[in-house]
Amino acid sequence: MTELWPRVEPLLAGVEKPARYIGMERGSVRPVHRPSAVSWLLVYPDTYEIGLPNQGLQILYEILNEREDALAERAYAPWLDMDAAMRAQGVPLFSVDTHHHAGEFDVFAFGLAAELVYTNVLECLDLAGVPVRGEDRRPEHPIVVAGGHSVFNPEPMADFVDAFVIGDGEEAVGEITEVVGAWKRGGRASREAVLRDLASIPGVYVPSMYEVDYDGPAIAEVRPRFDDVPEVVEKRTVADLGDWPYPKRQLVPLIEVVHDRLNVEVFRGCTRGCRFCQAGMITRPVRERPEEQVRTMVREGLRRTGYDEVALTSLSTADFSGIDGLVAGLVNDQEGCGNVSLSLPSLRVDAFTVGIASEIQKVRRTGLTFAPEGGTWRIRQVINKLISDDDLFAAVEGAYSQGWQRVKLYFLIGLPTEMDEDTLGISELAREVVKIGRKYTKKASATASVGGFVPKAHTPFQWFGQNGVEELRRKVFLLRDDLRKSGATLKWHDPAATFAEGIASRGDRRIGRVIEHVWRNGGIFQEWSERFDLTRWLDAMAAEGLDPDWYVTRHRTDEEVLPWDHIAAGLHRDFLWDDWKAALQEHGLPDCRWTPCYDCGVCTDFALEHVVASPVPPAGGSQGTGQGLGFGREVPVELITKGQTQVAAG
Amino acid sequence: MRGDSGFPVRVRFTKHGKVRFISHRDVARNFERAFRIEQLPLAFSEGFSPRPKVSFGLALSVGYESNAEYLDVELTEPVDVEALPDALTAALPEGIDVTGTCRLLDRAPALQESVSTVQFLVAVTDAQGTPLAREVLATTVNQALSGDSLVVTRTRKGRESDDDILPAIRSIVLLDATAAPEFDTAGDAPVLEFTLATQPRGARPREVLDALAQVGGIELHDRRVLRTHQWIERGGARLEPLAADAFTLALEARAS
Repeated sequence: MTELWPRVEPLLAGVEKPARYIGMERGSVRPVHRPSAVSWLLVYPDTYEIGLPNQGLQILYEILNEREDALAERAYAPWLDMDAAMRAQGVPLFSVDTHHHAGEFDVFAFGLAAELVYTNVLECLDLAGVPVRGEDRRPEHPIVVAGGHSVFNPEPMADFVDAFVIGDGEEAVGEITEVVGAWKRGGRASREAVLRDLASIPGVYVPSMYEVDYDGPAIAEVRPRFDDVPEVVEKRTVADLGDWPYPKRQLVPLIEVVHDRLNVEVFRGCTRGCRFCQAGMITRPVRERPEEQVRTMVREGLRRTGYDEVALTSLSTADFSGIDGLVAGLVNDQEGCGNVSLSLPSLRVDAFTVGIASEIQKVRRTGLTFAPEGGTWRIRQVINKLISDDDLFAAVEGAYSQGWQRVKLYFLIGLPTEMDEDTLGISELAREVVKIGRKYTKKASATASVGGFVPKAHTPFQWFGQNGVEELRRKVFLLRDDLRKSGATLKWHDPAATFAEGIASRGDRRIGRVIEHVWRNGGIFQEWSERFDLTRWLDAMAAEGLDPDWYVTRHRTDEEVLPWDHIAAGLHRDFLWDDWKAALQEHGLPDCRWTPCYDCGVCTDFALEHVVASPVPPAGGSQGTGQGLGFGREVPVELITKGQTQVAAG
Repeated sequence: MRGDSGFPVRVRFTKHGKVRFISHRDVARNFERAFRIEQLPLAFSEGFSPRPKVSFGLALSVGYESNAEYLDVELTEPVDVEALPDALTAALPEGIDVTGTCRLLDRAPALQESVSTVQFLVAVTDAQGTPLAREVLATTVNQALSGDSLVVTRTRKGRESDDDILPAIRSIVLLDATAAPEFDTAGDAPVLEFTLATQPRGARPREVLDALAQVGGIELHDRRVLRTHQWIERGGARLEPLAADAFTLALEARAS
């Protein structure tokens, strides 16, 4: 292996935040490369500050380094200044742990949490001297692997990634290690052979083992090239989070990063059933960590890291069984957690949640964030975010009355069936929130943050035609005009970036050429607004002869073969289609943890169960309690096969 | 900032190797975590967001190394000061080694105000990284120090101003090739020793190099910069900051 530090060091004097490239975090290791161990490079294709805290990569880093037959190091995308310096001096991408040449690892594994980072994957491979397209790689090149939520539609990245891990990676990385280890010991013969072996690991999808037939713009069929390659790749799921108390040694960066605190995952999965939420759909069922293990991980983690803040993470932490007892226990554990602050990201919108928040934030009550997502009760039934206006107002009333001064509200625009009265419902709520706040303090402020909705694979909204750039802009301006002089601030996400995310989210294999085109034209760090330019994406689509609207704004039909149909998140297609129809009928669906099973498919097909300590729903929230789930008027479902305008009109 | 009832401690530490690329603020955050890992009885500030009472000395530029950095920390009860260096070093990133500690006198003046002189070693090359000829460097240094002023252009708050840094330069010495054999590991670059005042207006090594470059009409690149000492000057004597205000020494002095 090539030690690159002597060549990296001279570059650091001329770049911003040089400590991005030095490693040395508490908890990090410097593995000794040896022929008997498969070397993994775990890459987060964004800046160090964003990538380092990623819990998925940290978990795999530890699990792999605990194995005799594996070792793991980490790398992040060098920022533009470093990238340019490296290219100018011919310095390849390197690991931060031992500054080894990235291209010399056996496995090059990417964590993909969002679609706009895709071009950075190509940049990292190219910087490492690895051919970006799988078909151009030779036996001496690394096996390129990717996991994370985005790979539930792997097709746009199929040209560049040799093998995708669908679902939880804890177990699959060991099985991949064994297959790659055997190939390595056998002298790294043909790549085709090792890829075919990888394809037989459950949850591992090797795109080159599949042929895609097209019928015009549509996909006719996706079929395996060999009999021993599965027709459908089913996701991996760790049955009991209690068996995986990772990270045990969370990395403590030397410089400030996002989520710079101890993070303890309290459960995985969510059955709230928000129809826009890919994370909630693909991570089912709910698997809670035993409460005692949470306490131990918090206590030992704080002791080891020296952090003064701990976050209990999950998709909806207030839903953890016995959350109030857990929080009270941690707050009062002065022995283990003295002078430590506790944060609960992803809180539900209700008064119970504010009660918990006031329990943990006894002193500094500055801002509190809620995510009603939709502006009216009608649209919240469509998206199954079953928060009533009263829930929100009670939560906000609780917040302002207990000393908070700033309330931030998250909303989506461009949702299915959305009409202008739904959009304007956002500004109505924001105005009402300010009004409530002013009863308690003149300083009360509210921010409404709106993002354009991008339909994702394996959700009930996967068939929905996304709003175009102009339509989203119109809605943003509608809100902006309506919120003038209201006391509420509007923030919005760039509709152009939302459009590009739409291309990459529901694209098929042909989008790979587009991603490569964007990358070759300098389009890296696309999730950074100052680096994003939709023109690059539209030019690339045009150059490849692809129609952006066909991919982004078009409604799909029940009959259509979706690019990810051969990937299974466990959710029956019938369930998703029925849920899509229910959405159009404005029919909400309570949480299945505390109501009868809807047979979405996950538990039954995978012989799994929800691991939940409490048989009753947590106090406070309307969702899951069956309160006020009104049925909307009938919407003929056939409408959605006829085009966007009719659905948009409702 | 110090009260009478607390247990103030002064800590000396190094910044060597890769860790030199973290900022002054990052060093502070790493120390705060190390204090918690070692469960030191930290005193906290009052107010909405209590912070541990830690005060640092003069900032060191990102990329510079040091044998002699200092901080003061206020504890609420006595600790074994002798045991602190090993304990803290174990809790800190590699390259930050705690090399000395002392219990401070109550109400000892803050580091920022009392440190008045600092010393650096600077290995210099041209812009291409080629070591400079010693004769050229010697002539340049002599020429610069024998002038009436040494002007550098500084940018402060977006405005440029020409400042004379000559009063801040106590000495510039071109070391013998054998004086610091371990220092320039990368090659055989000549090593300058800068002794610089920090008050009332200090000068930074980079500014001194720029001034020298201008005087000599040469390019000067700092391949490696190491802060070797910081001193508190009192009554004509140069005192090492651990020795200057240590509690025990003061007691002994009073007793004698």
